[in-house]
Amino acid sequence: MHRTPGSAPNAPRFCEEVEVRGHIIDSLILPKILDLITGGGGSFRVKDFVVGQARQDPSHALIEVQAPTEELLQQLLAAILDHGAVPTATRDCELVTADMPGAFPEGFYSTTNQRTEVRLSGHWYPVAQQEMDCGIVVDREQRTARCVAMTDVQLGDQLVVGHLGVRVLPETRASDRHMFEFMGSSVSTEKPKGVAIREIARELIRTRAAGGKTLVVGGPAIVHTGSGEHLCRLIRDGFVNVLFAGNALATHDIEQALFGTSLGVRLDQGVSVEAGHEHHLRAINRMRRLGGIRPAVAAGVLNSGIMYECVRNDVDYLLAGSIRDDGPLPDVITDTLVAQREMRRRIEGVKFCLMIATTLHSIAVGNLLPAWVKVVCVDINPSTVIKLGDRGTIQTVGLVTDVEPFLRALVQDVAQLQSGAVH
Amino acid sequence: MNTPHILMCPPDHYGIEYEINPWMSRSCQSDREIAQRQWHDLRTLIEASGAQVSTLDPVPGLPDLVFTANAALIYRRWAVLSHFRHPQRQGEEPYDATWLEQHGFHVQHAPEGVFFEGAGDALFCGDTLFAGYRIRSDARGHQRIGEQLGVRVIPLELVDGYYYHLDTCFCPLAPGRAIYYPAAFDDYGRRVLAELIPELVPVEESEARRFACNAVVIGNVVITNAGCPHLQQQLRSLGFEPRETSLDEFVKSGGSAKCLTLRLDGEEAAAWKLAPDEQRDVVARA
Repeated sequence: MHRTPGSAPNAPRFCEEVEVRGHIIDSLILPKILDLITGGGGSFRVKDFVVGQARQDPSHALIEVQAPTEELLQQLLAAILDHGAVPTATRDCELVTADMPGAFPEGFYSTTNQRTEVRLSGHWYPVAQQEMDCGIVVDREQRTARCVAMTDVQLGDQLVVGHLGVRVLPETRASDRHMFEFMGSSVSTEKPKGVAIREIARELIRTRAAGGKTLVVGGPAIVHTGSGEHLCRLIRDGFVNVLFAGNALATHDIEQALFGTSLGVRLDQGVSVEAGHEHHLRAINRMRRLGGIRPAVAAGVLNSGIMYECVRNDVDYLLAGSIRDDGPLPDVITDTLVAQREMRRRIEGVKFCLMIATTLHSIAVGNLLPAWVKVVCVDINPSTVIKLGDRGTIQTVGLVTDVEPFLRALVQDVAQLQSGAVH
Repeated sequence: MNTPHILMCPPDHYGIEYEINPWMSRSCQSDREIAQRQWHDLRTLIEASGAQVSTLDPVPGLPDLVFTANAALIYRRWAVLSHFRHPQRQGEEPYDATWLEQHGFHVQHAPEGVFFEGAGDALFCGDTLFAGYRIRSDARGHQRIGEQLGVRVIPLELVDGYYYHLDTCFCPLAPGRAIYYPAAFDDYGRRVLAELIPELVPVEESEARRFACNAVVIGNVVITNAGCPHLQQQLRSLGFEPRETSLDEFVKSGGSAKCLTLRLDGEEAAAWKLAPDEQRDVVARA
């Protein structure tokens, strides 16, 4: 399997990178090679092209040869090799056996979040569970490869070292990324929000229609700003499949459901109530007494809010703890490594990720997502979006805005788009 | 100007002992005596044209050693040694290397993993090295040699098995001037030649079959196999002095005048021999 990224599932494409060098323009060798590829039923992408400056200087082209079948790819490669095209990968990846659990061998290949393939016995195989800052563990017999976190290395794992026999296939801007084309990825407080929010609404609808999963990563500001109900609406309408949050979002959501306050402030009136600061502790305590959020919903104690809707609508939620948590809620996973593993398991199938008003959880999830998952990060603070990009989640589209108007507009747009009022 | 210097190898052990091109047939043997005479006639004609001839000792079991054009590519004092595609000719390589080393050339081996058949497939015209590939030499080998020597290389695909070396269908006469047989190239090759060589003289099929393009050029003299009257006429009108001598016994092996010679001081059309001898460190580029 040597599929290229961005291609539709019904049109698998196989590819191999070749190098052509010399006086390939004057001699028409390059056009001849490209003609042979297209004339033979393949296609190509010129990945790099350096033209020699002086008359005697050679030029250099890196070409990705693409074909709909492996057989045709091999035919095309055989045809162009005679004209001087040389495959760039002529060696398999190098494997070293892990000599201890929980650590890579020295010189390990460090992954990116881009689609990656490894070469085994002359053939390219895709790396599964693509994630940045991991290693690649290979099963020679099964001809499979996957990303593995440092802490998950098992004694005896076969791990890729060095860069030979590994290739990274950067995401191309496919046509279905047009919303991202429009919005760009630069962070600005001065972009027209309405158009961007409309595009996010379209993406939610598209993802649900295509059977892909949408992941929401949320911070407690969703509750504090009184926009919990907007998120509840998206959950009820089936636009959210997975929710990642911390102790705080769930706690204040439950506090609101039980006491009508968030951090002691009545959301309907905007005023602090007496002893309100205790409400979130009483909410946590009640959940602990009942054994968690699901038992509380089952017992009829928890009857509204984001967590309630998650339970009622089968949204796969994960609460990851931090050192400053009160309580925490029984559902919170306090072992960070366990939480990461669980998050990795649950991002399988996620096609769209909406990160709302949380810095730590956004960056944590951004670290786990492959580059082809579309990410929208909404935060009142531009630095959250900038940090995401700086840490490698470059596919992030940022929207600097307050959470409540964002979610309110989003819910309205989704409803309008679905009713056919807006196209 | 220095005396033109040409390497030849007497045909003492010449014969058709295997078949590695469409011309060769063991059932159509060459006549040793006639071959000897034709070879000596060629040598005499070359010397009469003002060139000095040196000889490589013939070796039993290497019948094609007589085709010295395939020994190496000469560039100034460097000789890029051939690595033959057919094992039958690979035995020639050490003898070529030894002679060239003993006569002051810096011998470089062809790039590893590629086939390269010397001046048979690599001819300078002006400052550009035209290089035939596909049948005997490899395109990527030519590119690497071009990088080592620091010259522009134009690979030309050879598409007709009868014209298996570039020197059987293309002959530079002078910088910017050459004769060629168009049907030996594909459309890309013809376009490239037309683009890069201002005066390009086509040879007709019947004379191409007589190895009209396999010519030895010494100054204004152009020596070919006998039986190429139309080319002779064309050459005269261009101001050259065509000479002919029968080489039919060598045509049976797929060779003629040019194949039987290796120009050691650079072909007439090579621009580098006209330029001051630059002390270029070619080896350092390798």
